[in-house]
Amino acid sequence: MREQFDVAIVGAGPAGISAAHVLGGRGIKTIVFERGEYPGAKNISGGVLYGHDLARILPDFREKGCPIERNIVESRLWYLSNDGGYSVAFRDRAFCDRLFLNAFTVGRARFDRWFAEQTKEKGILVVCSTVVTDLLRDARGQVIGVMTDRPEGDVKARVVLLADGINSALAAKTGFRPEPNPHDVALAVKDVIELPEELINERFNVETGQGVTTEIIGEITEGMDGVAVIYTNRNSLSVCIGANLSDFVKSRVKPYEMLERLKEHPMVAPLIRGGQSKEYMAHWVAEGGYDSIPGLSGNGYLIAGDSGMLFNALHREGSNMAMTSGRFAAEAIVEAFDKGDFSSNGLAGYLERLDGSYIMEDLKKYRGFGKFRLEHHELFTTLPRLHSFAAREMLTVDGVSKKEKQRIIWKAIRKEISTGKMIRLFRHGWGSIK
Amino acid sequence: MNVICCLKQVPNTAEVKIDPETNTLIRAGVESITNPYDTVALEAGLIIKDKYGGTVTAISMGPPQAEEILREAIALGADEGILLSDRAFAGADTLATSYTLAKAIQQLERPAPVDLVLCGKQAIDGDTAQVGPGIATRLGYGQFTYVAEIREIDEAKRRITVKRKVEGGFEVIRGPLPAVLTVELDLAKPRRASLPRLIYSLRTGITLWNAETIHGDPQRLGLKGSPTWVKKIFSPPLKQGGPVFDARKEPRRAVEDCLNILLADEMFAWHFLKRWER
Ligand SMILES: Cc1cc2nc3c(=O)[nH]c(=O)nc-3n(C[C@H](O)[C@H](O)[C@H](O)COP(=O)(O)OP(=O)(O)OC[C@H]3O[C@@H](n4cnc5c(N)ncnc54)[C@H](O)[C@@H]3O)c2cc1C
Ligand SMILES: Cc1cc2nc3c(=O)[nH]c(=O)nc-3n(C[C@H](O)[C@H](O)[C@H](O)COP(=O)(O)OP(=O)(O)OC[C@H]3O[C@@H](n4cnc5c(N)ncnc54)[C@H](O)[C@@H]3O)c2cc1C
Repeated sequence: MREQFDVAIVGAGPAGISAAHVLGGRGIKTIVFERGEYPGAKNISGGVLYGHDLARILPDFREKGCPIERNIVESRLWYLSNDGGYSVAFRDRAFCDRLFLNAFTVGRARFDRWFAEQTKEKGILVVCSTVVTDLLRDARGQVIGVMTDRPEGDVKARVVLLADGINSALAAKTGFRPEPNPHDVALAVKDVIELPEELINERFNVETGQGVTTEIIGEITEGMDGVAVIYTNRNSLSVCIGANLSDFVKSRVKPYEMLERLKEHPMVAPLIRGGQSKEYMAHWVAEGGYDSIPGLSGNGYLIAGDSGMLFNALHREGSNMAMTSGRFAAEAIVEAFDKGDFSSNGLAGYLERLDGSYIMEDLKKYRGFGKFRLEHHELFTTLPRLHSFAAREMLTVDGVSKKEKQRIIWKAIRKEISTGKMIRLFRHGWGSIK
Repeated sequence: MNVICCLKQVPNTAEVKIDPETNTLIRAGVESITNPYDTVALEAGLIIKDKYGGTVTAISMGPPQAEEILREAIALGADEGILLSDRAFAGADTLATSYTLAKAIQQLERPAPVDLVLCGKQAIDGDTAQVGPGIATRLGYGQFTYVAEIREIDEAKRRITVKRKVEGGFEVIRGPLPAVLTVELDLAKPRRASLPRLIYSLRTGITLWNAETIHGDPQRLGLKGSPTWVKKIFSPPLKQGGPVFDARKEPRRAVEDCLNILLADEMFAWHFLKRWER
């Protein structure tokens, strides 16, 4: 006999587990399915989490032993050519006290496991090594449970929450989310490089426990629309680079080779020197933004997190949107139980909450950003090269007057980019994020 | 049939590396798993239960985390999981380990006699293959090592027939119950837990036993009861040299040369022919 649950959650990532916390707190009988051997086993993330969204779910996350690697006190932006580049950095005392744990790094394998562990005392069942293969539906098409790949693997549930991330076969099976368009996903590869804690402190100019994030764009993605990041963990660095899938298809660049070349870049090599590669992984990133968001609710089901394409590519905020959308989904499910109505009507509180929050506001604000980048590949080719050329020229002391140098620089720029194109670039760029 | 399966939690040695300087295992960050031979022992126990009825009890000596492998055993179909965990058990060598497990099994004999104790052939970390025989000796049970097949269990006559691996072949032997079997990997293919059992295992508790519960003699437990001491651990140097056959130009020739040398070795030739016959 199939056991009846109130809620079945697919995926023990930040979205699924956040929902489980809220539901467990309200005494709703919930089961979570995770295909990995344990939560986090299949996850990679550059690894920055946000205290605000986590605290809304577990206010005492620090006391409960959240496996924090480093508290981020400084954010760097690099614009690189092949031989060098620009660096902008911002650090503030506030991130050490008033805004402590505004952002922090975690190892997702450890964090997800810990986060899931905390739901146990709330009576949540987290079932691992189990893949949800399809959904159960009644004659009217209402979702009434899930099927898994285990013997006697069906369970019934009043509501199913799909928190199965970007790379799930379930989306195609259910038809709830069309296979993402290659334009709407990026492929990222990551290397975790082990280094002694003190050495990282020195190289990044921070105290123990403090960390730095570095976001990099430029020629490093070999002409493709992409980004690289370097995050500091306690005794390792996450070095990650990714690019839009449609660009990979066109350029035939091999992701791992691109990562290796990044590691040899003159700005990067000194930071990782002497380190040992510990893990090497690849993952999808949901980059499509607002216009790629599928219908997030229906009769008997909701979709949260990456599975619903809730990801802010410009600010690499995904885990926070996953947590908060998971929480919203759970709150809406609680309302549905109060009403005894599990149709999309009964679950309407979910979309209302999303629409009224920073999630939809931000995704709407940046809805043109992906398209902008894909239409302006010079951002990743000519521009960083010219920028570097200009700076190098101005800094070279060789008896040529500064006025003459400026002339040479302008000539070089105009040769490669017309003024009209330049104006369009700024206009489109500003338009896509304003 | 009343079956007891001994399960050991081991580091996944497929992932373990040896620190070249200290020559010790680098355990940090390595997942723990059930000793692969023991998953086969459990499967064998479950097959016996499916066929003859009765119970399967999983026991393990180890730190509190070893609870995990017992939970898995319950998910697969074991009726109960018993964890032997106590500071006093720590640092046990094979002698103390067999003693502790044997004492626990004696406790389990009280409500109903035990018919079979199933162990792995060896643990993939300690690798001594001594614990199974050690338990048999202490309990006065028959012992069948390297079991590749359980041919028959005769409940009425209380005897068991097994096929076991020996040098160069197999041997089929019969002996009385109760008995300890240590099993080879090819004995059975572990099943996948059903969802209802998996859910049950997450809800159920693991029985915890300590030195007192098993009435263990403190002098014979853990470090105190372990006369073995490790003098040195080292990785043997890799074998160097040996003939090299370049197969790039003339692969046929290279294989022939290689075979000529191998067949010149009498032992190899003998084994080769034996296999050929079969
Ligand atoms: C390289 C990289 C770097 C990133 N860096 C950051 C960052 O620094 N900060 C940030 O906020 N975000 C970052 N992100 C994004 C962030 O990782 C995601 O937005 C976030 O993990 C989404 O959470 P989720 O719970 O929706 O999905 P996931 O974390 O993907 O979790 C989904 C879970 O569902 C499981 N699952 C899938 N299908 C099934 C199934 N059929 N049955 C059972 N289980 C299933 C998966 O195994 C997985 O555990 C990064 C992503 C990548 C790839
Ligand atoms: C020289 C030497 C020194 C050692 N020193 C130490 C030490 O200082 N500290 C320390 O902690 N360990 C030490 N060990 C490891 C420990 O003694 C052995 O791991 C343990 O006694 C079991 O032996 P084994 O791993 O060789 O098991 P084997 O005899 O190879 O195991 C055979 C079967 O016995 C059963 N079994 C074995 N152990 C258990 C168990 N714990 N619970 C349930 N069933 C079990 C399983 O079914 C297993 O498949 C040492 C081992 C050796 C060889």
